[in-house]
Amino acid sequence: MFSGASAYIDFIRIRFLTMLAYRVNYYTGILIYTLNIGVYYFTWKAIYGGGGELGGFTASQMTTYLAVSWMARAFYFNNLDREISTDIRDGSIAIQFIRPYNYIMVKMMQGFGEGLFRFMLFMIPGMAIAMLLFPVKLPTAPEAWAGFLVMLFFSFLINSQLNVITGLMAFFVENNEGFMRMKRVVVDLFSGLIIPISLFPGWLADIMGFLPFQAITYLPGSVFTGRIQGVGIWHVLGIQVLWFLLLLIPMVLLYRMSRKRLFVQGG
Amino acid sequence: MNAIEVKDLRKTFKVQKNREGLKGAFQDLFKRQYNEVAAVKDISFQIPQGEICGYIGENGAGKSTTIKMLTGILVPTSGHLSVGGFVPYEEREKFVQHIGVVFGQRSQLWWDIGVIESFQLLRKVYKVSEQDFKRRLDELVERLQLQDLLNRPVRKLSLGQRMRCELVAALLHNPSIVFLDEPTIGLDIVVKSEIREFLKDMNREHGTTILLTTHDLQDIEALCSRVIMLDDGRIIYDGGLEELKNRWGTGREVQFQFGTGTKLAQLQAWTAGLPVEWSAENDLGAKVWIPLEINVSDVLGQVVGKADITDIKIIETNTDDIVRSIYQSGSAEKKTDANDVTEDESVMTHV
Repeated sequence: MFSGASAYIDFIRIRFLTMLAYRVNYYTGILIYTLNIGVYYFTWKAIYGGGGELGGFTASQMTTYLAVSWMARAFYFNNLDREISTDIRDGSIAIQFIRPYNYIMVKMMQGFGEGLFRFMLFMIPGMAIAMLLFPVKLPTAPEAWAGFLVMLFFSFLINSQLNVITGLMAFFVENNEGFMRMKRVVVDLFSGLIIPISLFPGWLADIMGFLPFQAITYLPGSVFTGRIQGVGIWHVLGIQVLWFLLLLIPMVLLYRMSRKRLFVQGG
Repeated sequence: MNAIEVKDLRKTFKVQKNREGLKGAFQDLFKRQYNEVAAVKDISFQIPQGEICGYIGENGAGKSTTIKMLTGILVPTSGHLSVGGFVPYEEREKFVQHIGVVFGQRSQLWWDIGVIESFQLLRKVYKVSEQDFKRRLDELVERLQLQDLLNRPVRKLSLGQRMRCELVAALLHNPSIVFLDEPTIGLDIVVKSEIREFLKDMNREHGTTILLTTHDLQDIEALCSRVIMLDDGRIIYDGGLEELKNRWGTGREVQFQFGTGTKLAQLQAWTAGLPVEWSAENDLGAKVWIPLEINVSDVLGQVVGKADITDIKIIETNTDDIVRSIYQSGSAEKKTDANDVTEDESVMTHV
């Protein structure tokens, strides 16, 4: 699987360069994300009123959590589900299968190339703007930063795995548009992007503990805002690695099954 | 040694049935009904190494499905399959290293990057060494005259330019078996003949086995020593192109123009004893239809010298006409020997 590593790395590079060619599209993205942070910032500010704590967050922690979560999304978000489902539905998946590589690996690499681009030209400038506009407090300890970057990478992996699984559903249902939309809403909501999971009703927060979504935003965000410290950080990383490994199973199974289901549309 | 061996290959697809009306739509929501459709029905053939074989048939006859099974894209429903010593769908990643594929209707180049970058990426995908790549690329670029195109992005190429690049992309790793699915579709006559020449040379120099599907029978005439004709998922002809013409072409027509009026009865009298049919529009022009068993010269000999002929035109039934008549009649009427043989074989293996 890894014998053609240089080709896989090239897929990262080429996706990065392609994205760079279309970078103008992302300037508006930065604006929209900043706007989102702004809207949630003022909403939460109103909710907090004078002060106090909500779901274990102080008002200033909430601001940082918001900014970090949205900017993390700027990095881990990708459209692999849509790309895969389009490949399947218009039949160009045939071209993918005549090449000596693993299609899913190529997709993950392309996703990572896109992630790198988003990290450098979307997340970092976006974060800088957010910090100018809102009272965001970032940690100063280098460990926190190193830990956050590692976790961010796992956020990307888990989110991309979910995308690949959703995309491959196109083999089994005629139109998986609905699945893709549902997945997007579910990931945004249950990952704690819109509302931190500690503010969910107790039973729902308990259920979330058994689902992979919290590992995408809520857990890394909690570490970075300093709500989880020390040994807890390793615990969070453990959960992410566990979900990464667990999600490999349905992804590989689905891919194997789909090879038999494949029928190429349009000649 | 055979490059491609196919025995009793079958592919069926499940096609969703949509029931009618609102009630039907509701029923479909809960319980789907499927129709089984066989696209390829137990076909068998062998292609020896170094052969160029044409694979023809109407739209929907099962050509592309066969190609997709042979290239490891689709998993057959049943039957045996061996291409270059591999079972395509079992060891797909290892197998595709040895084949080249061009789909005329789909691009395998990356839309947003330059042609040369696409080639470089393919070099890594196929693990071709830098020297081999350079040698091969130089050869292909020169042969197909791509020098000026290499630095352009793929999306800015014309169809003819793109198709030549597609060929290079499929051949960079020097595959021993090449599958071409409608490689000349939509191309102008110049590019078509360039591509044909190129394929012929490649076959001669490298001994590449080529399986080619096309709707342009001139591709077949220019390239193929053998054709396999498919109809409704079954092979209805497998053999030489000349043989196909002889078997299906029923005769030739000769048109005469005369300087002085010549009566139809007179013409018939000259060729009495030969099983030919005359028809005339007027005294100055006549047509004679000559069956294959009779030499054209025998008929001409009877007429030339006796009549005052100003012009002669010999019209041979062309392959297009032949193939059209086969498509229209299907496999039912004129069964070929080749077809009987393959059917016998398939019966044997079932026993």
